[in-house]
Amino acid sequence: MSSSEAFPASGVPPRAGGTNVADRLFKGTTLLFALSVVAIMVLMAGAMLRTALPAIRAFGWHFPFTSTWDPVAERFGALPFIYGTLVSSLLALSIAVPLSLGGAIFLVELAPHWLAQPIAFLIDLLASIPSVVYGLWGIFVLAPWLRTTVQPALGALLGVLPLFQGPAYGVGMLAAGMILAIMVIPFISGVSREVLMAVPNSQREAALALGATKWEAIRTAVLPYSRSGIIGAIILGLGRALGETMAVTMVIGNRPEIALSLFAPGYTMASVIANEFAEATSDFHLAALIEIGLLLFGVTILVNGLARLLVWSVAGNGAATVRE
Amino acid sequence: MLTGLAVEKLGACFGQKQVLNGISMTIGPNLVTAIIGPSGCGKSTLIRCLNRLHETVPGARQSGRVLLDGQDISQMDPVQVRRTIGMVFQKPNPFPSMSIYDNVAAGLRLNGVRKRHRLDEYVEKSLRMGALWEEVADRLDKPGISLSGGQQQRLCIARAIAIEPKVLLMDEPCSALDPVSTGKIEELIQELKKALTIVIVTHNMQQAARVSDYTGFLLLGELIEFDETPKLFTNPRDKRTEDYITGRFG
Amino acid sequence: MTFDRYRRRKRVNVLVSALAFLCAAITIIPLLMILGHLLAQGAKAVNLDFFTQLPKPVGEVGGGMANAIVGTLILIGLACLVGLPIGIIGGIYLAEFGNNKTGWLVRFMSDVLNGTPSIVIGIFAYTVVVLPMKRFSALAGGFALGIIMIPTVIRATEELVKLVPTSVREAGLALGIPQWRVILRIVVPSAKAGIVTGVLLAVARIGGETAPLLFTAFGNQFWQRRLDQPIASLPVQIFTYAISPFEDWHRQAWAGALVLVAMILITSVLTRVVTKGQDRSMR
Repeated sequence: MSSSEAFPASGVPPRAGGTNVADRLFKGTTLLFALSVVAIMVLMAGAMLRTALPAIRAFGWHFPFTSTWDPVAERFGALPFIYGTLVSSLLALSIAVPLSLGGAIFLVELAPHWLAQPIAFLIDLLASIPSVVYGLWGIFVLAPWLRTTVQPALGALLGVLPLFQGPAYGVGMLAAGMILAIMVIPFISGVSREVLMAVPNSQREAALALGATKWEAIRTAVLPYSRSGIIGAIILGLGRALGETMAVTMVIGNRPEIALSLFAPGYTMASVIANEFAEATSDFHLAALIEIGLLLFGVTILVNGLARLLVWSVAGNGAATVRE
Repeated sequence: MLTGLAVEKLGACFGQKQVLNGISMTIGPNLVTAIIGPSGCGKSTLIRCLNRLHETVPGARQSGRVLLDGQDISQMDPVQVRRTIGMVFQKPNPFPSMSIYDNVAAGLRLNGVRKRHRLDEYVEKSLRMGALWEEVADRLDKPGISLSGGQQQRLCIARAIAIEPKVLLMDEPCSALDPVSTGKIEELIQELKKALTIVIVTHNMQQAARVSDYTGFLLLGELIEFDETPKLFTNPRDKRTEDYITGRFG
Repeated sequence: MTFDRYRRRKRVNVLVSALAFLCAAITIIPLLMILGHLLAQGAKAVNLDFFTQLPKPVGEVGGGMANAIVGTLILIGLACLVGLPIGIIGGIYLAEFGNNKTGWLVRFMSDVLNGTPSIVIGIFAYTVVVLPMKRFSALAGGFALGIIMIPTVIRATEELVKLVPTSVREAGLALGIPQWRVILRIVVPSAKAGIVTGVLLAVARIGGETAPLLFTAFGNQFWQRRLDQPIASLPVQIFTYAISPFEDWHRQAWAGALVLVAMILITSVLTRVVTKGQDRSMR
């Protein structure tokens, strides 16, 4: 082993202050690409803020609290959309949370492995179906069923409550809430499963060793341990529901009015953007729509930030990736 | 040219934890220098300072100097340092995505050798020196990780010597291996010694006695004694060395 | 007395277990129903014309979505041009050098981006691509979808590159190979299969995106070769047809939905095959 002629000095100076120049260049380049994610977020907020400025200037703090939406007269208030977004999302959560949690408990704590795996797989599959396909199903299957079967029954049974009064259209807040519920179940269920699985077995065994039944062990040991993670999962689901667009647009009825009844049509922030953006009548109309987008952006940042903190505190960084 | 290393007042720590303190020693050219000591004494950290791998660990710091033929390695390009000072690790670590051939050729290719016949030549030569050629000549395209543990370690040695380093660091190269493989690698060390300078870390005193010319005894981050191997093993100057080599120690 | 209490506890246990099972069962009913309707309605409507013909004008029966299928593929390709470099190289940064405040910031921002509604990203693409160009275009749609891809790809890359053991990196460094070559030639290839999985997942996700395309790629009833012009896509076409009042368009919407879901599921299956292949080579 004598010669070193095989190795031409490969462009790297032998002395470089103790570090390799190419390595520093490489690190800098990758840093640039990584930072572009930060740049995108800053640019996104900045660009939206700039284009929404005319509307923000014109309406100020009244914008989210006014319920007129009249593109012709150029009078814009976002209240009906905010209301619709909140109500449809909360309705969705009230359906999805018990089902997801019960399902997650069954899959992690009770079901045998051979049964849990395929069911978990199917639930995860729900997340991969595109929103527009849910909407299609909502229009042609869910809404007619609600109109002919569910809403008359609910009206007869609970018609004294204002929530269940009025004509049965099929499309409306109830349909939106149900379709959203189906869509957020895989997210809440997936993160909840992750969180439950992160509970150390010793906790379960401690309770079982005291003579607890399986359910008692879950209630006294598992659920308290994973509480903040589960809350995080729910808030994560809320974030999804708030921003969900297509399926809701297709079944909510798209009427910018605030109605107490769940049978009545409504409108959400995401839906109004989807419907009116491409055909906005004026720059001012566009500015108002972008301001709604900006509000939606701000709310989802808050909601997701909160959810992530809660989930990370329990299941570590990995759980937050259960999104697709 | 003969290449030796000099270590001057070397200290190293991870975060707040000091693992090496005031190490000074001279590693002579074309000799085998063994570092022995109980586990956790800083042996691995010491040789990882010699090719600047220590600094790649987050939170690692270092003081003092390591001289390669009189030149401070911390002032050199780490790539040049490691090209001159090769290393074999405790656990065999062939590149998982590469074949046997590509593993040996990796260092050559990434150091600029492109021509196929040159590569073939170097790969065969290195595998022969690594005492592995006979066993793998007919399946060079198989993944490196398909070999047995002992073969993987010899593959790693072949990979290290393929780029013709002047110094070879071996961090407990036999600790994961069976006695037969260990024997083969010890023979190999005697062979390699003719061409390069070797530093071997081992917790196995018999191995140090068998293969090395000089031995250093490391305890709790300090170099207790450093001497010619026969002297250190038959006539240690320090009581602690004596305790350790006679087995009266932890 | 104690025995009675024990029996009551047992009964509660059985009851709750049954309820939990019911929840799990109910959650998969919608999936089965949706897949069932897709197959039933879609299979009736899918034919060769669907894959080879352009949409027919309003009122005429027949035609297909050939341009929308190709449009979706073009949009995915454009999205990859934006999303893959940032996702993969950014992910490499996070895995190799991201153990610091910058890494935390990038990770946090990428998570925020992941939670951002796709329609908001559509608005962003509108303001930075459509407004300056003064027209809807495939480029704007691809840009929006590319940004949506980033978080999934960056996460997958980071996690899989991190899984490559330190010993492999050290083996490379100890050979005197510069760190950048160790990363690009040794570490990343070892994580390749996993990264491909992440990319396919991201592609499956954006393939079905509709909202951000409504006012970026817009839509088109014809073939469009130029990238600075509006382009059709399968999801937007399904949406337009579904909310139309025409019976035949509803039929086509079901066909489109079946094809879209099939494409997405095939991508997922492909992902599985690739992942399996990796398992074998690792053994």
